[in-house]
Amino acid sequence: MTGFYADRQAAAPVRPEVLEAMLPFFSENFGNPQSLHSTGQKAAKALQQAREQVARLINCQPEEIIFVSSGSEANNLALKGLALANQARGKKVIVSAIEHISVLRAAKFLEKLGFSTVQVAVDGQGLVDPAKVAEAISPDTVLVSVMMANNEVGTIEPVAEIASLCRSKGILFHTDAVAAAGNIPVDVRASGFDALSLAADQFGGPKGAAALYLRKGIKLTPLIDGGVQENNRRAGTENLPAIIGLGRAAELARLEMEEKGRRLTALRDRLINGVLSSLDEILLTGHPVRRLPHQASFCVRFVEGEALLLGLDMNGIQVASGSACTSRSLRTSHVLTAMGLDSAVAQGSLVLTLLDGTREEQIEYFLEKFPPVVGRLREMSPLYTRYLQEKKDVHR
Amino acid sequence: MYTDKVMEHFLHPRNVGTIADPDGVGEVGNPVCGDMMTFYIKVKDGRLEDVKFQTFGCGAAIAVSSLVSEMARGRTLEEAMKITNQQVAEELGGLPPHKMHCSNLGADALHKAIENYLQKQTGRQAEANEGGKQAAAREEHLHCPFCDLDLPENVQLCARCQVKLIRCEHCGQYNRQDEDTCRHCGAGLV
Repeated sequence: MTGFYADRQAAAPVRPEVLEAMLPFFSENFGNPQSLHSTGQKAAKALQQAREQVARLINCQPEEIIFVSSGSEANNLALKGLALANQARGKKVIVSAIEHISVLRAAKFLEKLGFSTVQVAVDGQGLVDPAKVAEAISPDTVLVSVMMANNEVGTIEPVAEIASLCRSKGILFHTDAVAAAGNIPVDVRASGFDALSLAADQFGGPKGAAALYLRKGIKLTPLIDGGVQENNRRAGTENLPAIIGLGRAAELARLEMEEKGRRLTALRDRLINGVLSSLDEILLTGHPVRRLPHQASFCVRFVEGEALLLGLDMNGIQVASGSACTSRSLRTSHVLTAMGLDSAVAQGSLVLTLLDGTREEQIEYFLEKFPPVVGRLREMSPLYTRYLQEKKDVHR
Repeated sequence: MYTDKVMEHFLHPRNVGTIADPDGVGEVGNPVCGDMMTFYIKVKDGRLEDVKFQTFGCGAAIAVSSLVSEMARGRTLEEAMKITNQQVAEELGGLPPHKMHCSNLGADALHKAIENYLQKQTGRQAEANEGGKQAAAREEHLHCPFCDLDLPENVQLCARCQVKLIRCEHCGQYNRQDEDTCRHCGAGLV
């Protein structure tokens, strides 16, 4: 037993096949895809191949893929680039309240440029109601952005429904699929998305490579001006080794998705059921069924997430938390707050994201170590003492 | 992120628990902000014969409570009232800037418990006033909600960490400008 790393959304190892594909592009295949000589053309060919691999993962044309450096960049490019280029259609942008901070901050930036933004509320399981999006839409709406799946609570959103709603009203629709792509099936054509963000490090690829899908014919204002790279939509010499890694990871993810999804779902459900039945006063956050196959998240009442995280780490278990104390900004996760969770309960947030290679024995190991770690903290907690006292008083 | 000493106190906290018939109890913080501490004291011949605590909070909050309880045990009330948050942070080998407020809570909870004890001692009213004043002074001292720097009245920016500040209309303490509720008293911020 070498412990249990369950914080894949923060970082995961690059798959060996992916690393192998990347390595030559640091050395012998060092070319710049924009060069006309044979070394450059070799690089250009590899870049094109990676573009095709990513396009196949989400069912689009290769020329509809714009390579960028991160999921955050893809989201910024989508929000700012689409709003700015299409502002003649209107100056209102609609997002959900549980979007990634890169979407929320980009929307905030647009407000400074005279756009108005609306945050659509979610329900207690983190679901966005398409009817609420419809209510928020007005004639001046230019863009709607709702994430495909939430990274903190795992909920998978009804984005195809929202996309078709937007399409029927002539409004652009973007989805942040950073947590979803490579992990659950994505079909941009069938779903009718105009733009979609994805990132390599969420499915076995390296950090530093991500992509924005942009449907052909849609106008976009670039955020980085310069050369002609990415068809004039994102200047800067291509990070070829990372992009090659993204392409190879996309190919592997597409081929293995079904099997991997089934296996991780079984492990996830064992984990969720085990945690919920191990101790009282623990709640599952997010949707019980409509959730990412590798994601399990909870709120453990009467304890604080950072203390929980440190206690688990001492047992070789590495997880994340959305509690205020865990964040450097000392703010409770906006996702948990938007879901209407009591602030004190939200402090006990615990988020596990499973690696592809997670084994059943690791889940069992976690389920063995988890109750005593929580128990120790609860014994120290004045809130738990109070809860036990109140329980006793009721029974008396 | 944390020093070895902080981790050591977090893993093996001293004096955790409650006292059945305490001479004084002090509670600070609230769970909404992520930290809450309760200190229980037993006093004999002017000394803290026993100190126990319970804490809901992060690693730093637990370590701070543990250390404060250790520092206070066996001390006279006067000595215990002089324990400062700076001392606690120093003893722990330092705390990250955004965790400094935890060290404040520990000393505050202890002082509140002592104040509570002194208030109960009717025959020692003068001392109670003195202790109460000290505790109140600590309660009221204005500090940055992020890095805990002591602040004068009417500033809008923390001189150390540059956080934008707003004062709570209810309790007067500083909060970050982008917060909705006061982290000291829970009142809504305008």
